[in-house]
Amino acid sequence: MLLSRSLLKRHSVLPGFDLALGFALLYLSLIVLVPLSAAFLKTFTMTWAAFWDAVSSPRVLASYRLTFGASFAAAALNAVFGLIVAWVLVRYDFPFKRLIDALVDLPFALPTAVAGIALTAIYAENGWIGQWLPFKVSFTPVGVFVALVFIGVPFVVRTVQPVLEDVNRELEEAAATLGASRWQTFAKVILPIVLPALLTGFALAFARALGEYGSVIFIAGNMPMVSEITPLLIITKLEQYDIAGATAIAVVMLVISFVLLLLINSLQTWARKRQGGV
Amino acid sequence: MNTIALPKNGADTAAAPARPLATPRAATSEAPWVRRLLIGVALAFLTLFLFVPLVAVFFEAFKKGWDVYLAAIIEPDARSAIGLTLTAAAISVPLNLVFGISAAWAIAKFDFRGKNLLLTLIDLPFSVSPVIAGLIYVLVFGLQGWFGGWLQDHDLKVIFAVPGIVLATVFITFPFVARELIPLMQAQGQEQEEAARVLGASGWQMFWRVTLPNVKWALLYGVILCNARAMGEFGAVSVVSGHIRGQTNTMPLHIEILYNEYQFAAAFAVASLLALLALVTLGLKHFIEQRVKDQKRSVGDRAE
Repeated sequence: MLLSRSLLKRHSVLPGFDLALGFALLYLSLIVLVPLSAAFLKTFTMTWAAFWDAVSSPRVLASYRLTFGASFAAAALNAVFGLIVAWVLVRYDFPFKRLIDALVDLPFALPTAVAGIALTAIYAENGWIGQWLPFKVSFTPVGVFVALVFIGVPFVVRTVQPVLEDVNRELEEAAATLGASRWQTFAKVILPIVLPALLTGFALAFARALGEYGSVIFIAGNMPMVSEITPLLIITKLEQYDIAGATAIAVVMLVISFVLLLLINSLQTWARKRQGGV
Repeated sequence: MNTIALPKNGADTAAAPARPLATPRAATSEAPWVRRLLIGVALAFLTLFLFVPLVAVFFEAFKKGWDVYLAAIIEPDARSAIGLTLTAAAISVPLNLVFGISAAWAIAKFDFRGKNLLLTLIDLPFSVSPVIAGLIYVLVFGLQGWFGGWLQDHDLKVIFAVPGIVLATVFITFPFVARELIPLMQAQGQEQEEAARVLGASGWQMFWRVTLPNVKWALLYGVILCNARAMGEFGAVSVVSGHIRGQTNTMPLHIEILYNEYQFAAAFAVASLLALLALVTLGLKHFIEQRVKDQKRSVGDRAE
C-alpha cells in the first residue's frame, strides 16, 4: 500500500503493484545493491594513501594498460568486421546463411572457460591456426586480444543488424538517381544512419571486454607486467588475503564500468532519436 | 510504399542466372565481386574467431577416443561437478524468473516515479566484471566480511561452499529474464489485463490466463539464456568456490583444473558437454526468436 500511494503517478485498476515492486526492490537490494555497496564501503576503511598505492602500483598500472589497450583494439576490430558481417547477413544471400546468423551468438552461449581453452589450443604454436602465424599468440598479450575479439563478436553485429534492416531503400535509390556511386551512398547515406548503433556496439563490446576473465586467463600466460589483466590481479590479491587491495582495484573498475554504462545509455537514446528522425 | 518496381531480371541477374538475388534493384546493390569479397571477409572473420574454436572443442575431446572421453565424464569428480552446476542453475534460474516477472509487471503495467532508475539498476550486473561479482560476496559473507563472524559462530558456510556459488550465479544471471519481459509487456499494454479485471477475474486468474500466455515465448527465451549463463559462469564462481574437488567445483572450474593438470583430452571432454549445451541454447533461441517476432508483429498490427 505504501509503495503505490507514494510512487504511483496514476491510479490503476490492475492489482499487484505493491507485491511486484516490493519483491523486485527487495531482491534487487539483497542480491545487487547491498553487496555492491560493500565494495565501496570497504574502500572507505582504507586511508587515501593506502588506496592510492593499491590502485597505482606499477604492476596494476601495467594491467590497466593491457586490459584497456586489448579491449579497445578488440572492440575496434569487432566494429569493422561486425559491420561487414551485419551487412552481409542483411543484404546478401549465401549458403547456410541462417545457420551462420544463429552462430554469431555463440560467444553469448559458450561458457568463457570453454572458449578460453579452445582458443588457446588453436592459437598455440602448434595449433590449427597458430602454426601458420609468424608470431606467437597464445601466452602473449596478442592472445588476450584474440580472446576479447571472440567474446565481443555478437555485440556489434546484433546492434547494427536491426538498424541496417530498417534503412529505407528509397534513400539509397534517391542517392543513386542523383549520381552517387555505391561507395558514396554507403559513406554518406548508410553509414551516418548506422553510426549510433555501431558506436553502441563498440561500447558494449569494450565494456564487456574490460571485465572479461574466463576466456582470457587460459590464453594470456598471465605474466606480471606483461600479460596480466586487471580482473586476474584482483583474484591474485584475494588469494594473498589482500582483500582491501583487491577491493580498491575492483572499485576503480566498477566506477569505470558505471561511467561506460551511462555512456552506452546515452548512445542508445541518441540512436533511437536518430532512427526516429530518419 | 510507392517504390518503382524495376524488372526482376536486371543487369546483375544476367551475371548469375542460377540464383535469385536478394536485391533486384541494380542501382542499390553492389557489383558481384564486391559482394563476394564482403561475404568472403565476413565468413573468414567468423571462421577464425568463432567456428574454428567451436570445432576444436569437439575435435580435442574425441582425439584420444571414446573410452577416454567417457571416462572423463563419468569419473566421480566430473559427476559431482555436473551435479553442482545443475543445482546452481536449478536454484538461480527460478529465483531470477520470479524476480523478472515481478519487475516486469511493475515496470511495464504501471507508471511510477523512479522507473528509469530501476531499469538501469536491473542492468547493472551486466556491466560488473564476473570477478568483482564474486569479490563483493566475499566482502559480505567471507571470514573478514560483514557476516563472516556470525556465520562462523553458527557453523554456516557461504563462501567456499555451495550457497556462495549459487549467490554468485544469481548475481551474474540477474537481468536476463527481466530484460526480455519488460519491452514485450510494455508493448502489449494494459488493455487485456484491464478487460480481464472488468470481467471479474481475480488477480491470479488474470495473471495465469492473460499475462502469462501472452509472454510465454519471451519468458522461455529469457530462461534459456539465463540457464546457459548460469551453467557456464566461470569468473564469479571461481572467486567464491574455493575449488574443493568433488565438493565446490562446477563444470567450468573442473575444466580449469583438468586443463592446468595437462589432462587436455579430459578437459575438452567436459568442455564439449558445455559446448553442446551452448549449441542447444542457440538452436532453441533461434526457434523462439521466430515465435517472438511473430508475436511482436501481431501486437504491432493490433496497435495500428
